[in-house]
Amino acid sequence: MFEYEFMREAFIASTFIAITAGLVGVFVVSRNMSFLSHTLSEIGFAGASFGILVGISPLAGMIIFTLISSVAVGSLSSESSRREASISAISSLFIGLGILFLSLSSESSSYATNILFGSIVGISSKEVNQLMILALFVIFVFIIFYKPLSFDSFDHIGARAAGLKTRLLSVAFLVTLALSVSIGAQIVGSLLVFVLLTLPGATAKYLVHSVPKLIMVSVGLSLAGVWLGLYLAFVTNWPVTFFISAFEVIAYFLGLSYKNWKLNH
Amino acid sequence: MVFQNLNFQINDGDFISLIGPNGSGKTTLVKMIMGLEKKSSGDLTVDHKQTIGYVPQFRNIDIDYPLNIEQFVRLNLKFTLSPKRRQSDNQLIERILEKTGLTALKNRPLGLASGGEKQKAYLAQALLNDPKVLILDESTASLDVEVKMQLMDLVAELNQNENLTVIFITHDYELTKKYTHRALFFRDHELQEVDVKDVSEDMFEMGG
Repeated sequence: MFEYEFMREAFIASTFIAITAGLVGVFVVSRNMSFLSHTLSEIGFAGASFGILVGISPLAGMIIFTLISSVAVGSLSSESSRREASISAISSLFIGLGILFLSLSSESSSYATNILFGSIVGISSKEVNQLMILALFVIFVFIIFYKPLSFDSFDHIGARAAGLKTRLLSVAFLVTLALSVSIGAQIVGSLLVFVLLTLPGATAKYLVHSVPKLIMVSVGLSLAGVWLGLYLAFVTNWPVTFFISAFEVIAYFLGLSYKNWKLNH
Repeated sequence: MVFQNLNFQINDGDFISLIGPNGSGKTTLVKMIMGLEKKSSGDLTVDHKQTIGYVPQFRNIDIDYPLNIEQFVRLNLKFTLSPKRRQSDNQLIERILEKTGLTALKNRPLGLASGGEKQKAYLAQALLNDPKVLILDESTASLDVEVKMQLMDLVAELNQNENLTVIFITHDYELTKKYTHRALFFRDHELQEVDVKDVSEDMFEMGG
């Protein structure tokens, strides 16, 4: 299948997507931000359709929308119940906006399907380069903040007690999360990008017990999911998103069963 | 938050308890000592500001918490690429785990550890940067009597052998009597130093 250029591009792009999503996902899970990453992907959808409406690229629209909203969320009330409610209110608004932008623009409905559900054929080599740069930026930020971010994500109270600047870390993390959502949506679509951002990280939790190992397992599961998904999508002509989510969900429940089995033995 | 009549000194090697009902300002005072809360007037001088180890009261550790005890303690290490520093960090971890009696348990996921083991892990993490002052915020609440005593024996040992100053926020009458040398009694934001001999059970009753 690698004789087709679009498949080569799709493989390169999804490899970078899987690495960033698997890496960021470990921290999404440990910071209890699965719900927020779901909302960010809906906001990303509105951003992408806004981009189409005003004539900039969907990726740029997505990045603008998710960046602004992630920083806004970071400064929201830290009371978690109120934050959840505010986030879900905001997310419904953005779904509506996304639909409005799309209907105002002259693009066909297949464009909308691509943004929402992902596509492997839509990626040009220029877009692949953009994705790679963004992915490398996210990885770079994680290397710089690795230690304090791990402390804050896996023991927020302890990190505060030790005098870490947890507010700054939170903003830095939200920025990388926004970028990862925008990157990931290009292949799996904005509605399912949170599959890659949450499930591999959640599965890893049941299997290993240190931060570096969590990252390795999460990235591994995420890579396995997109590679297998692309291959099966190519062979069957079914949507790649279906295979990716099916793989990650099965891996999650296997991980959960493994943990329960281990507890009883 | 207003404190009146707040005038005291905590010396090196003290083992002091902060007692009094909930909401009387114990945690606020501790936060001021750590520089996390501002004060509007008065003087507060802290000598070893950089080396306070604080063991907070609440932690969000559920049964699925993934890190094992050693990795949890390691969170408090600074980032390093130097192999030499890494080696000394490893030795430090070994020493702290040994000191807190966690060596045999270091591979146990913290989410599956008992209440006492968790408190020991929190203590070990706070000890990592070699603090001169250790603040325990109700660390013994919700532990069995036997486990409580074990933890406090450990703290008392550190206080004795390493001249570690210990500030112990507590609602526990027995522990205050048994372990601490001095007691600061909070009531309605007033504070008085009482001799540990004169600490009475009713000082713990109101709202506690």
